[in-house]
This record gives sequence, C-alpha cells and structure tokens, in this order.
Amino acid sequence: MPQAKNRQFLDFERPIKELFDEIEKLKQTAEKTKVDLSDSIRKLEDQVTEKRREITQHLTPWQKVQLSRHPDRPYTLKYIDKMCTNFVELFGDRNVKDDKAMVGGFAQLEGQTVMMIGQQKGANTKMRQLRNFGMANPEGYRKALRLMKLAEKFEKPIITLIDTPGAYPGMEAEERGQGEAIARNIYEMMRLKVPVICVVIGEGASGGALGIGVGDRVFMLENSWYTVISPENCSSILWRSWDQKEKAAEELRLTPDNMYQFGLIDSIVPEPLGGAHWDYTEAANLLKPKLVETLKELHQYSSEERIAKRIVKFGKMGFWNEVPA
Amino acid sequence: MNKEEDFEANLAGDEGQSEESKSGWFRRIKKGILTSTAEKKETPEGLWTKCPNCNFICTVTELRENIFVCPKCGHHHRIGSAEYFDILFNDNHYEVLFENIRSKDFLHFTDLKSYQKRLEETWAKTDITDSIRVAAGDVKEHHMVIGCMDFDFIGGSLGSVMGERISRAVDYSLANRAPLLIICKSGGARMMESAFSLMQLAKVSGKLSQLTDAKIPYISLLTDPSFGGISASFGMLGDLNIAEPGALIGFAGPRVIKETIKKDLPEGFQRSEFLLEHGFLDFIVNRKELKEKIATLITLFKG
Repeated sequence: MPQAKNRQFLDFERPIKELFDEIEKLKQTAEKTKVDLSDSIRKLEDQVTEKRREITQHLTPWQKVQLSRHPDRPYTLKYIDKMCTNFVELFGDRNVKDDKAMVGGFAQLEGQTVMMIGQQKGANTKMRQLRNFGMANPEGYRKALRLMKLAEKFEKPIITLIDTPGAYPGMEAEERGQGEAIARNIYEMMRLKVPVICVVIGEGASGGALGIGVGDRVFMLENSWYTVISPENCSSILWRSWDQKEKAAEELRLTPDNMYQFGLIDSIVPEPLGGAHWDYTEAANLLKPKLVETLKELHQYSSEERIAKRIVKFGKMGFWNEVPA
Repeated sequence: MNKEEDFEANLAGDEGQSEESKSGWFRRIKKGILTSTAEKKETPEGLWTKCPNCNFICTVTELRENIFVCPKCGHHHRIGSAEYFDILFNDNHYEVLFENIRSKDFLHFTDLKSYQKRLEETWAKTDITDSIRVAAGDVKEHHMVIGCMDFDFIGGSLGSVMGERISRAVDYSLANRAPLLIICKSGGARMMESAFSLMQLAKVSGKLSQLTDAKIPYISLLTDPSFGGISASFGMLGDLNIAEPGALIGFAGPRVIKETIKKDLPEGFQRSEFLLEHGFLDFIVNRKELKEKIATLITLFKG
C-alpha cells in the first residue's frame, strides 16, 4: 500500500483527498503549536473511512472501470506475495522469449502447491512499459500454457489472476499468431485435468482475458470488469466516437454484479472499503480463503468430472430464441 | 492489393464501405449528362460487376460461372453461405439445420440504435437468419456438416446464436460421425451481446474438444475477413486450418494495429500468404479446388 503522501486519487475520490489534506494540515499545526489535535484528527480519519464506504456504494459502471485501473491498485505479483509462500517465478515460453506482461510460477497456498499465473502491470511509467501495460503477446499466452501443462503433469491446481486491457495488438503479435495462441489456451484450459480457478482482479478485456480465463470457477473482484471489448474501443466502433465510453460501459453490463446475474461468473470477491488499493493485505486476505475453500471443493471431483462440468458450464452460456420451425 | 477496408464498421450492423465508394458518388469529373439519349441502352441493375482488386468488369453470370473468382486476377470475391453450399454440396443438395435458433436482445443493448431494431432491420433485408448457417449434406462421397458465416448479417459477428448453432453442429457431427467444416468470414464479436459473445469462444472450444475425443476431423476454412474472436477460437483450432488466397486474417484489425504502433502496415500483412509463411495455415486453397481438396482430405482422414 502506498504511503499516504504518495497516494493517487481519481476524480470521484477527491473528497477523500481533501480530508487527507486537512488531516495533514492538522498534524503540522499540532506539531508546530504542540496542541493536542488528535481528537479532531481521529474524527477526520473516521470521515475518510465513511467516504471510502460511501464512494464504493454508488459507483457507475464507468467508475468501476476507473477503479479497476487505479494507479495504486495491487497487481498479480502483489496478490501472490500477500497470499502465498515459497513463490518461485518461472520464465519463458521455451520458444520465443519471456513475456513480461504474463507472470507465473509455483507457490504454496496454505501449504498446498499451486501454479499461480496472471497478467502483470507496472506501478510506475518505467515498469508499465516493461510490463507492456499488462498486454501480453502470443509468447505470454504460450508461457501461461507451458506453466499450466507443467502444473497438470505434477497434479497441481492452477489459479489465474486476470488483469489486462486486452492482448497486445502489435505487428509481431500477429506474426507470431496472437489469435492462435489465445485459441489454443482456451481449448487446452477446457481440458486441463487439474482444478482451475480464474479471478478477474482488475481489467478483464476480451480474448486477452479469456486466454487465461477458462476454469472450473470464475470469480471477479468487487471493482473489476469483464467483457468482450474495452468501453473505449466499443464506443469507437459502435458510436464512431471515443466520447461514449461511459455509455458503452453501461450498455456492456460489464460489472461483477451484472456478470453474476447473467451466470457468467460464479462469485464476487469483496474488496477493502473503497477498493483494493486502500489495503493490499486486506485485499489478499479477502481473496485467499475463497481460493482455499474452492480448491477443497474442486478436489472432490475426478478430473473427468471436472472437465465434463467445465464443458457444460461454458456450453450453457448464451441467449437466443427458439422459434417454431 | 485490395483497398483498405474498415470491416469493423460492419460490426455496427451497417454496410461497410470502402473509402472509394464513400466519396465516389459525389465526385463528378465533368458536369452534366454527356451520353445522348439515342445511345442509351437499358441495362438491368446488377448485371455487371467490377473486381475490387483489378477493376476488371464482367457480367455477374460470368463471375458466377467462375465461382466468384475474378477471371482476370483470381481475386476471390466475398460470397455467402448459399454460394459456398452450392460449391461444396453435391447437386446443391443439403439440409439447413438449426434455423429456428434466433438472436435476442437480452441485454437491451442500445448504441446508435437498439440491438433489437438492428436485428429486425437485418432480418427484413435478407432471408438469412443469423451470421452463420449450418447445413448437412454430401460432399463427393462424404457426409459432412458445414457451418458457413454470412458477412452480410451484422458483419458475420460472433454472438450467442453462432455459438449455439456451432455447438449443435458438433452434436450432429458426433451423432452422425460426420466431419465438420466451418467457413469463417467475420469481423469479430457481436458487441451488443457483450460478455455473452466472448464466452462463445470458450463454449465452442469445449464442444470442439468433444470432436477431438471422438476423433472426428474438423477443418477450419478462413476466408476474407476472419478476425477477433474467430481467430482466437475455432478459426484457429481446426485439425487443419486452411484459407482462401488473399484473405485478411488476424486477431487485431489492421486499423487498431496501425493506431497502436503508429506506423503503416507492410503490404500483404495479415493476408493468407503471410499466415502461411508464418506457419499458421496448413495450406491455401483456391476456391475452384475447394471441393476436391476437402473430399480428398476427408478420404485421407478416413483411410
């Protein structure tokens, strides 16, 4: 969690920033004048908590999208660090290169070995570039698949953490078969013999998300989104303008609540008051028991049962009318 | 090379237009009607057609006889499911399946128009019921099931109906031990179905894995254009992935890539020949040899 003075605030988080500024002022005054202001400070801090609650209670879909992209938001490696022990990061797709936008490796979750995989974003400009803003190339998806196959071989469950604005739309990505890489992952994940849990921890955009998103259970964090296209790109194609992203976010029904109602995800994982960026440890602590408990449940089935259920689960998705012939 | 086309516009449910046809109709070089009335001949509309690649003009009948391949440059014109079924099934004899499955505006999605209205307008314009038609019939000596996309139906977009029709096509394949061919022609996902359209990738992939277990061959034929969710799922998951010459195939559309890398794309980028070169196609097939090739392959799989 960033130090209070380094915090970044979204537009709708401004009221919290103002409270923070006031607290800071009071603290300085207290120091200068040696007057005890701790009561006032405590009151303001309570107000901060209240504001955090208030803000997340009435978020528009677009604000959820903004929260999912909050610059202070924890990313995959942070969750792994906070939830797991003995994490050993593994690199490379054994083919082209190591994709820094996709990370993974063995780790222990409550003493049980699991394969953790996820897109990784950077926390500052330099790291964001290194991580390619969480947009993986084909080698990223192939690296993920390599690790999944490794987990399958040693009968270790797989947990994927999804956080991507999309698979990278670059020239080299096309040359190396971005479509094929994602298609292969979706197909192979459907057939994995080990339990697979997928969690959208931030942005879940399109094939880039689904490329590590096929599992026995799919969860979404409270302030994440998941759909077929980013609101910006949807606006540009359907509205022929970049200005309708808020409207597109609404129309796309991309929030966890919507996705749960539609039966496209299995559960919504709560975040700390105001969003995961307020407390990384708490965010991880809210997710971890859910994972542990779900793994236990999934272990009850044979691998054949799990695969059959997985195919049925995704097979049911969709809506249509059947008209009389 | 083909003129650049923004095929994403078709995903909005409107006719995609090339830059040329957009501006061409009001660009007049000389003023007034120059042809004298005496010379004017009555020509029924649609009789002549111009090749978008080489501008060769021939009659539609001529083009049809040449199975919509330009007689001059070999450009493969974009055709629909009726034409492909005619090319592939013996004596144009086939049974269309699952036509009763129709799109529904479940999310009440409204962009510039409501999805419901778009659907109704599209249905009114054409007798095609959705972006893919599935049919079963004989291709030479093989009984096959073929799913073929129609680009005219909201840009061949991938929605719940396409997912469900393909799923049932797989069930038909399994029940009849009939090989499956899917002819792809799509700009990508049907955004008006939001996450439901995305999940079709997983849905269809799951069904295809049942074909794998039953050892029934599945061939994916990629035609111009095949993008987005198509290439990120069943389009690239064939036991064989083949393509027509010159077809534009990829994950991200050329416009998006151009905007991302801020550079012009090289000639031939994302064309079938480019994909073959990079190892993502088994081969490129000329439409005239399509039926023969498919039949031979199925013979080889069976033999």
